[in-house]
Amino acid sequence: MKLMEYQGKDLFRRVGIPTPEGVFATTADNVKSYLAAHPGSWVLKSQVLMGGRGKAGGIKFADDAQQGEMLARELIGKLLQSIQNPAGEHVKSLLVEEKVDIASEAYVSIAIDRAAKKPIVMVSRFGGMDVEEVAAKNPDDIKKYWVDPAAGYSPFMGRLLAFRAQLPDGYRKAFPSVLGALYTLFMDYGATLVEINPLVLTKDGRVIASDAKVELDDSGLYKHPDIAAWNTAAPADEDQAAAVAIGLGMSNYARFPDEPGKPAKTVGTIANGAGLGMGTMDAIGNAGGGAANFLDIGGGAQADLVKKSYKLVTSDERVKAMFINIFGGITRGDQVAKGIVEALAGDDVRKVPLVVRLTGTNAEEGRAILDRAGFVPVETMDEGAARAVALANGSN
Amino acid sequence: MAIFLDKNSKVIVQGITGREGAFHTQRMLAYGTKIVGGVTPGKGGTTIESGQPVFDTVRDAVDATGATHSIIFVPPFAGADALWEAHDAGIMLAVCITEGIPAHDMLRVVNTTPGMRIIGGNCPGLISPGKSLVGIMPSHIFKEGNVGMISRSGTLTYEIVDGLTRAGFGQSTCVGIGGDPIIGTTFVDCLRAFANDAETAAIVVAGEIGGSDEEDAAAFIKDHIPDKPVVGFIGGRSAPEGKRLGHAGAIISGNTGTPESKVKAFAAAGVPVADRPSEIPRLLAERMRPVPA
Repeated sequence: MKLMEYQGKDLFRRVGIPTPEGVFATTADNVKSYLAAHPGSWVLKSQVLMGGRGKAGGIKFADDAQQGEMLARELIGKLLQSIQNPAGEHVKSLLVEEKVDIASEAYVSIAIDRAAKKPIVMVSRFGGMDVEEVAAKNPDDIKKYWVDPAAGYSPFMGRLLAFRAQLPDGYRKAFPSVLGALYTLFMDYGATLVEINPLVLTKDGRVIASDAKVELDDSGLYKHPDIAAWNTAAPADEDQAAAVAIGLGMSNYARFPDEPGKPAKTVGTIANGAGLGMGTMDAIGNAGGGAANFLDIGGGAQADLVKKSYKLVTSDERVKAMFINIFGGITRGDQVAKGIVEALAGDDVRKVPLVVRLTGTNAEEGRAILDRAGFVPVETMDEGAARAVALANGSN
Repeated sequence: MAIFLDKNSKVIVQGITGREGAFHTQRMLAYGTKIVGGVTPGKGGTTIESGQPVFDTVRDAVDATGATHSIIFVPPFAGADALWEAHDAGIMLAVCITEGIPAHDMLRVVNTTPGMRIIGGNCPGLISPGKSLVGIMPSHIFKEGNVGMISRSGTLTYEIVDGLTRAGFGQSTCVGIGGDPIIGTTFVDCLRAFANDAETAAIVVAGEIGGSDEEDAAAFIKDHIPDKPVVGFIGGRSAPEGKRLGHAGAIISGNTGTPESKVKAFAAAGVPVADRPSEIPRLLAERMRPVPA
């Protein structure tokens, strides 16, 4: 679960990381009344999950209440688009923050290093920029430290990193405790990523987290019901919401936008298992077609879930044919076939030509059942993909 | 000899009386796995229908049976606890089937269980065909042989194994390492074991987009496996950037986790990457002779 900046900063304050003065606002009136009561220079920051918010025009500066109100009206409801996110995201709320006098900007993050099986801390004196760009151009400007979770964090790690990364002197006193607090947040809230970019050193000597990027592990959310509740309030990815609505895992369904110069995405796919799901969409590509989606239906393939998944995939108007790819495994092929036939018997689903690849235990019996019901049963994934692409293109 | 698991490995099942645990215990017994007992707190002193004793704690089970291997079927919130209990009792290898264990629980577990190999979580387990199954794989598609197989996924593994078996390539051991952010055993851990295994003549590495497991595997192959043919596969190559596909790690973000980077890394290690699973047997055949059935 990705958190918005204002949510991330809520967690920052809980663990003692300094953040700018400010207020969360959902209306232009909120902004107007706050600025009227707090004269000064303020920043209006659009609360969205997408990257490249500043370049997309999502950050504005206001020096009085009237200007603040006007800019807030402009921002709230606006569709922000960036290179990273061409589809864009609508702004629903703002974070109004004090405009700080910046002396220096640093970068600090903690993530999970899968290969090392440890939390990895990264620090750079070049904050405020895209860290991937820094990493690509000057990898030596990013200093790394792997914390042993059995021993935990100790301030020397912060000192070591501050010296190695050559952070300006003004950071030195505060940095080890800021990093310690960030580590506490990372471990206690089950974060997969915490990033402060930039960690600002102000001209009056304060060290403040100017931005907050926090991603939490969905599997660990049950330990923090108050934060899990934020998820429903936040605008989730439409595909993820659709997956959860029919009882699939959040990342078990994803639609793929059409890409210029590539075959139109006209073949819907359903497979059991994430790896096979990826293999299935690749197979459609190899057969010269375009997979409209990825859908992992999980183990068992119960009739009800088959039906709901079929409805979800065909709700995408681009889908002209469907390829269901089931590797029977422990489940019996005849049962899977019966499930598919029953699921699609009614009139309440948009019917498209359907190819079913069924293999594993009792697969032959299963294919016979499908054949009798008028579906196209096939034995191999490559064959099924080729048939589905041909059907989507209008041939038999 | 195979890796991690042979026909004499003594196995206990943590969660043996649960629905999944009970079902797969019978399948593993049918395959010939030496299941010597299981653990369900509160049911110690009883036996399951097929005769294996149930214990209250893993210590009791290990003391009574001399088990070295464990397979874990418990709910996600109890996953870390089950692994720590297995480690405490001296288990050498634990296969964790449970899906949905918090990443930070696994982070703590893998750094505090020295000496115990963990496979998974969220994995289909381990099989040394013809010898033993400690997992939930459909055993009938496997065949004893000399190809080592490692994969991040479940059903894609079955797809590839099925093709290998039909083409006459049996398997020494097949390991499903799991798709979670933190797992106990990586591709590199498996490759190191296969490199030293006299019964493994060739290796298939089935990866997917996202992360850097494949790049790490390629670097290891280049430096440490000069003499055994390796064939690679990468699932999700047609995925656009920024879409998370089922597994927590399967996402291309920026320049990280792209299929191009993985194919390039494999190529630099002399490892051909199959465009589709059905090509794997041919790529293997070009590099080794199938063992006659």
